Amino acid sequence: MVGGSGTRHGLLENANPLIYERSGERPVTAGEEDEQVADIIDAREIFDLIRSINDPEHPLTLEELNVVEQVRVQVSDPDSTVAVAFTPTIPHCSMATLIGLSIKVKLLRSLPQRFKMDVHITPGTHASEHAVNKQLADKERVAAALENTHLLEVVNQCLSARS
Amino acid sequence: MKDSLVLLGRVPAHPDSRCWFLAWNPAGTLLASCGGDRRVRIWGTEGDSWICKSVLSEGHQRTVRKVAWSPCGNYLASASFDATTCIWKKNQDDFECVNILEGHENEIKSVAWAPSGNLLATCSRDKSVWVWEVDEEDEYECVSVLNSHTQDVKHVVWHPSQELLASASYDDTVKLYREEEDDWVCCATLEGHESTVWSLAFDPSGQRLASCSDDRTVRIWRQYLPGNEQGVVCSGSDPSWKCICTLSGFHSRTIYDVAWCQLTGALATACGDDAIRVFEEDPGSDPQQPTFSLTAHLPQAHSQDVNCVAWNPKEQGLLASCSDDGEVAFWKYQRPEGL
Repeated sequence: MVGGSGTRHGLLENANPLIYERSGERPVTAGEEDEQVADIIDAREIFDLIRSINDPEHPLTLEELNVVEQVRVQVSDPDSTVAVAFTPTIPHCSMATLIGLSIKVKLLRSLPQRFKMDVHITPGTHASEHAVNKQLADKERVAAALENTHLLEVVNQCLSARS
Repeated sequence: MKDSLVLLGRVPAHPDSRCWFLAWNPAGTLLASCGGDRRVRIWGTEGDSWICKSVLSEGHQRTVRKVAWSPCGNYLASASFDATTCIWKKNQDDFECVNILEGHENEIKSVAWAPSGNLLATCSRDKSVWVWEVDEEDEYECVSVLNSHTQDVKHVVWHPSQELLASASYDDTVKLYREEEDDWVCCATLEGHESTVWSLAFDPSGQRLASCSDDRTVRIWRQYLPGNEQGVVCSGSDPSWKCICTLSGFHSRTIYDVAWCQLTGALATACGDDAIRVFEEDPGSDPQQPTFSLTAHLPQAHSQDVNCVAWNPKEQGLLASCSDDGEVAFWKYQRPEGL
């Protein structure tokens, strides 16, 4: 599903990416601390799940590279739907599928199974937008990719906490 | 439309995994299920309940994507992401793996037996469709590799009575193949879907083919023979296939499967919106431009995507479905009154 990590040990595709400031911690409201109130899943919660995902080639998070932003997260708890648009740093980024897959896996592992997830490229920001979106939307290809131990290892690295 | 689909039973067929596909044996007494747990399970009834008769666990290293019974009912083929197809021989409740078909480069997505039982078709993400010949000694020989699709091939299905094969692909098309002088050739390409075509089903006559897609539509294609009265153009002696009906606006996500009941003609769909729907052709509708009505809609048939729907070949209205939630459900469909 993803063409190797060839650039990891060679030249970086985007050697000097713009680095963005991280958002602060989410303020906890009184309502959230009340055990009697059902917490609905909101955009900030989804964003908190994906913002710390590591970029496959920079020692930075997807939030620091502005690949993910809270405004590009659409969530409806009553409808059980989540849509995340991500923005590759350059239009020819060969890591786009891997980044999308990492976001998808993070959401699959974190959210209740009732959620329908759509992960796609921010329109107009990647040369192979349609092809990448189609692959990410194909659950059969995603399932097969995640049975590939090498690829799963790479995804897990993206999802691991940075020491 | 209310109560037209009634739940008969539900079994956790592939717990902690997804159930990908179901196949009834030709006698309609056994149902095979397969899934992400790399297993095939065989289900049968005891009294009113469905119980697991056998588990086929040795055979595949990865997800088992589809299963198919031979027309005689004595063999079961299982297609896996591990790039192999296993042929299992049935002895009472036991299944023995008697053949492993190798050759595809990567994940096999589908397997189907021709009505004669002498041919088997497989397809893969490697973009090819393979036709295998079965001889008297149960040996399988690949007689053709068809590279007509430009992408992942998702499904293969045979015509109910002829040696005509259809395939559906990630390249958004459906292709048909027939034998020509010792080889197999692509004889038609059905274009119209706007995204991946996930599954196909012939109607009982074999004259029409239903396809379902990621574009959230079902299309119905009709065969026109050369010299047809309707004036549909055919090239040479090959029939032409024309889309005569599109069911759009009914499904809210990808449609993963479509099943055409060989007994009643009812058309069921399995959708990524967790629903099962049944359509029936309107009585008296124009055969050249038929219309279909939604006769059953069960919004939460499963707790996750529905991957497959399968009509029992002998018992009218008995429908099985399976889902990403790992469950298999059994339903009784009754055509609503007034149709």
